[in-house]
Amino acid sequence: MSGSRSRPKASNLVDKLADPVRDMPRSGIRDFFDIVSQMKEVISLSIGEPDFVTPWHIREHAIFALEQGRTGYTGNRGLPQLLTGLSDYVERTFGLSYHPESEILTTVGVSEALDVALRALINPGDEIIYHEPCYVSYAPIINMAHGKAVCIETLEKDNFCITPEQLSGAITPKTKAVVLNFPNNPTGGSMDADTARALAEIAVAADLIVITDEVYAELTYEGTHTSIATMPGMRERTIFLHGFSKAWAMTGFRIGYACAPPELCEAMMKIHQYTMLCAPILSQEAAIEALKQPETDIGEMRASYLRRRNFITKAFEEMGVPCMMPQGAFYAFPNISQFGMSSKDFALRFLDEQEVALVPGTAFGACGEGFVRCSYATAMDDIQIAMERMAIFCDHLKTKG
Amino acid sequence: MDDLLQSLVANARVDNATLAKTLGLTEAEVVERIAEYEERGLIKSYQAILDEDKLPGRVTAVIEVSMTPERGGGFDRTAARIAKFPQVSSMYLMSGDFDLMMFVQGSTLQDVAQFVSEKLSTIPGVTGTATHFMLKTYKHRGVLMQTEEAHERLKVSP
Repeated sequence: MSGSRSRPKASNLVDKLADPVRDMPRSGIRDFFDIVSQMKEVISLSIGEPDFVTPWHIREHAIFALEQGRTGYTGNRGLPQLLTGLSDYVERTFGLSYHPESEILTTVGVSEALDVALRALINPGDEIIYHEPCYVSYAPIINMAHGKAVCIETLEKDNFCITPEQLSGAITPKTKAVVLNFPNNPTGGSMDADTARALAEIAVAADLIVITDEVYAELTYEGTHTSIATMPGMRERTIFLHGFSKAWAMTGFRIGYACAPPELCEAMMKIHQYTMLCAPILSQEAAIEALKQPETDIGEMRASYLRRRNFITKAFEEMGVPCMMPQGAFYAFPNISQFGMSSKDFALRFLDEQEVALVPGTAFGACGEGFVRCSYATAMDDIQIAMERMAIFCDHLKTKG
Repeated sequence: MDDLLQSLVANARVDNATLAKTLGLTEAEVVERIAEYEERGLIKSYQAILDEDKLPGRVTAVIEVSMTPERGGGFDRTAARIAKFPQVSSMYLMSGDFDLMMFVQGSTLQDVAQFVSEKLSTIPGVTGTATHFMLKTYKHRGVLMQTEEAHERLKVSP
């Protein structure tokens, strides 16, 4: 701009950026978000959060806490009452016993817990194994901590679960840790107890740390959820991550936690202490209330997701589109490879022609090619319309291409 | 309550094909089970829930009724006699200071007053009534009349 105040000519600002940040691609979700947000009447099956609002007693308690002037900092690890509540809940639900004062850290969502866990472990060049398709943050967080993200591609034939052979094959002398996420976003895959046991044996033998993100654990529809942390030799090498976003529909509260042996918990606490200080007190208060009747709160929502899961998978079956029965979370991950187009093209064309938004599987890793993620955390009416339109769309593709 | 009943209580208008898909049943099973519930009298009726405050010319009263129970019949015979009046929309036998609680509807206050003085109070066994007119409905049968605005979710999120 001519006549503007002169300032020293900046060198190329991009060159100033940290390498891992500059080289980090934007989330594929973000690209899609930009397109979808410009459209008005879209039905969205691309939302990774519950369509419920937080149960009223939890919101009401948060209002009360605010009225009481609960607006200050808390201890770094969290309010003592919350830590005790978490310890009880994790023991009751997962069969894992953690000391409230030394083995639990309250965080700003599971996202922060994952970040501090990885940063607590990674020295430059350490290899961290994770599996794709997966939540979008794993590899970027590993890279930002100057670790090397080593990807295992989970397969439809294995119900999108990591196999013991795959894990063994990915381990090198530089491997420090494995990140697991079951039930899984975006596939709905879960890990059965036998697999967990087999993976645990490998982790113990190779002396690896396991970070397990089990935020969808309560939303398990087939069988019961087993945490890998319960397997022999695992508690002392596992960082267990969990939070309130999904099962309690509390995404905006940003409240999660990490459970780990004292040395690991202390290390994570140090990072948390210097970067976050503490999780927001109102969210901690809400979490205390959420732990009072989890079975009731979660049970109703789970029943509702289950019905929608059944509906959506049946709808794909009737269309002749293969779709693994999701065992947990609230996503269906149908295989659309028969139509001979990329996931992105499929999603874009479906959005354009039928005004329904899905997320291309590739947003969750290259091996998501051939799949799309359909979130069924959406009103039943919308799911019904979306599936009617999907049937028309697929029919059209089959007959005319 | 089983899944099917829960679904119907939440929304009785869902068609059988959708019920079948969501519950993992066949359509024939859904039809059969609903028929069985109806036959057993577990499902009594399917009705719409209205925000009655939006209907002009309609008043509702909650009436507490005290009664003398009958030898042999208790409250039931007289209660059944009262319940048959079309003005009575709901009625319950209660513990506590009175015996029956009923919801009575009419077009005007006078309508309801007339029902209480001419019909209800004159029934043998009824010893007293207390009539409370309803001013505003906040919630009816689990449905909030003032629904919360749908919360804005991001259209795409990870």
